[in-house]
Amino acid sequence: MKNHSLATLGRFRRKRTLGRVWESMIPKFLLACALVSVLTTLGIVGTLLKETISFFTKVSLFDYITGTKWTALFNEAQQSFGVLPLIAGTLLVTGIAALVAIPIGLASAIYLSEYANPKVRKVVKPILEVLAGVPTIVYGFFALTFITPLLRTILPDMGVFNAVSAGIVVGIMIIPLIASLSEDAMSAVPRSIREAAYAMGCTKLEVALKVVVPAALSGIIASFVLGLSRAIGETMIVTIAAGATPRMTLDPTDSIQTMTSFIVQAATGDHSFGSIAYGAIYAVGMTLFIFTLLMNLLAQYISRRFKEEY
Amino acid sequence: MSAEKAIVHHQRGKPTPPDLSLVEKRESSHFGFRRWKNRCAHAIFLLSTMVGVFVLGALLWDVVEEGWAWVTPDFFNNFASRLPEQAGIKAAFWGTLWVIGLTIPLTFILGIGTAIYLEEYARKNRFTRFIQLNISNLAGVPSIVFGILGLTLFVRLAGLGKTVVAGSLTMTLLILPIVIVAAREAISSVPNNLRFASFAMGATQWQTIRRVVLPYSMPGILTGVILALSRAIGETAPLLMIGAVSFIAFTPGYALDAFTVMPIQIYNWVSQPQAEFQHLAAAGILILLAMLLSMNAFAVFLRNRFARKDR
Repeated sequence: MKNHSLATLGRFRRKRTLGRVWESMIPKFLLACALVSVLTTLGIVGTLLKETISFFTKVSLFDYITGTKWTALFNEAQQSFGVLPLIAGTLLVTGIAALVAIPIGLASAIYLSEYANPKVRKVVKPILEVLAGVPTIVYGFFALTFITPLLRTILPDMGVFNAVSAGIVVGIMIIPLIASLSEDAMSAVPRSIREAAYAMGCTKLEVALKVVVPAALSGIIASFVLGLSRAIGETMIVTIAAGATPRMTLDPTDSIQTMTSFIVQAATGDHSFGSIAYGAIYAVGMTLFIFTLLMNLLAQYISRRFKEEY
Repeated sequence: MSAEKAIVHHQRGKPTPPDLSLVEKRESSHFGFRRWKNRCAHAIFLLSTMVGVFVLGALLWDVVEEGWAWVTPDFFNNFASRLPEQAGIKAAFWGTLWVIGLTIPLTFILGIGTAIYLEEYARKNRFTRFIQLNISNLAGVPSIVFGILGLTLFVRLAGLGKTVVAGSLTMTLLILPIVIVAAREAISSVPNNLRFASFAMGATQWQTIRRVVLPYSMPGILTGVILALSRAIGETAPLLMIGAVSFIAFTPGYALDAFTVMPIQIYNWVSQPQAEFQHLAAAGILILLAMLLSMNAFAVFLRNRFARKDR
């Protein structure tokens, strides 16, 4: 766009040479590259839709949405496809993760943006970046071999696989995301507004909580939503640490199963292509996709709609 | 408290405006409480920030303690085994190198191509906005959904089977949004003056991009690509979906071989009940983390090295 007028100027009085043909091919090739990501989206939606629809010709959609028993991997006679236990498990882990990540993430963001001197920032920010780059399989190992034994010294009757350990570690995983996005939102608040509050005699805490956080609220809330959407889609931590027992429970010490860990369990078992259990992978995948897509769109909407312009 | 002292001290000094100090005196006890609250909050915020640091320390300590003794030359030279003493990470290590090796050129071409298109060629119309919205939403799709896509599209529909190529293609699609965002940022940071100067010399648009825009933005692009690749190295779920299996007793010889990668080998070890396999998992994690940290360090080095130049 920005160079368009210059490009048309160049077209003036130049002969149609090999170079010109090359020059006109380039944008088409680059457009093709850009279309790959559009095709990826279409591919995701297409494959999920196709297999999900064929799944729902065998299982009623109503039973799927309202059923409270999920035994998709049992033999045919005992199969029952009520997705609510998987959703409950996912939300339980996400809720625990939110309890861990939202206060700590927000407090870290406030510290880094309002309190920390440049030297501390220079040390702490890369550490948070490293934490964000740790593979989820490593977090899973950490949950199983560190957090779970630690919790079991407090609650000895708790099982090895439980929702709380997975939830805490998922929360730890999304702390850097929430902290860095919230901090970005806070640093976008103009300095002059802070200075005005300081001139009125505010303490740092008052400036942070009564001026900066409200001014950056849309970005902060958007970071929460994005972080939780990441928690819903997290796979390896819950597969390793939360167990594989789909059940409706609010007890965080129970072993549960999330949507993602069901998908892993079903795909790594030997279920033939075309069986109902195999179709369940796509139905649950579609449910997961809709959940995360809605949350991502919500985050975008919040940060656009309620953005404060300075 | 210290504010009160300061005020007393202030009053001993000569030229204080009297009305101001009176106001402060009246307010001072309240002010002291506010300062105290501020100090408490400071401590709480600092502690919260330190949680991340502590966790990273605990995590590293946990992995090193469990796995350090198991990182031996044999660990690199052995294939997976039922016996923990004979198990090693050779197949997984080479599998990871194969997958990443094929992913690099694909992401490079597609990612940078898309970024150049969006930054340099695309007009600001609905279609361009649609592509952008699409990319930012793809970045939020859980990786396991990409695994489902890869399983359906590459493994089954394209008939590639559970091979290195299918894994690389899935990984490419997964990290493409990250690369595109980083490359766009790098390209849009090139000053327009440079482009105009190049056009003024009679260069075509593509010549300008190739000789001016790309060299200038390459450090930023490379940093983004390396960070995206380090994400790809650690990804487990999508490759688990497309069926990379963990008991493989050979290194991939060509792109249509079956394969396993390090995170999957680690996952397999973690899910074994015996304690020895936990040590193997920790040893595998140490190798994985060493690879990731050196890649991240290289990315940071690139960023610092070239950031100083001519800005």
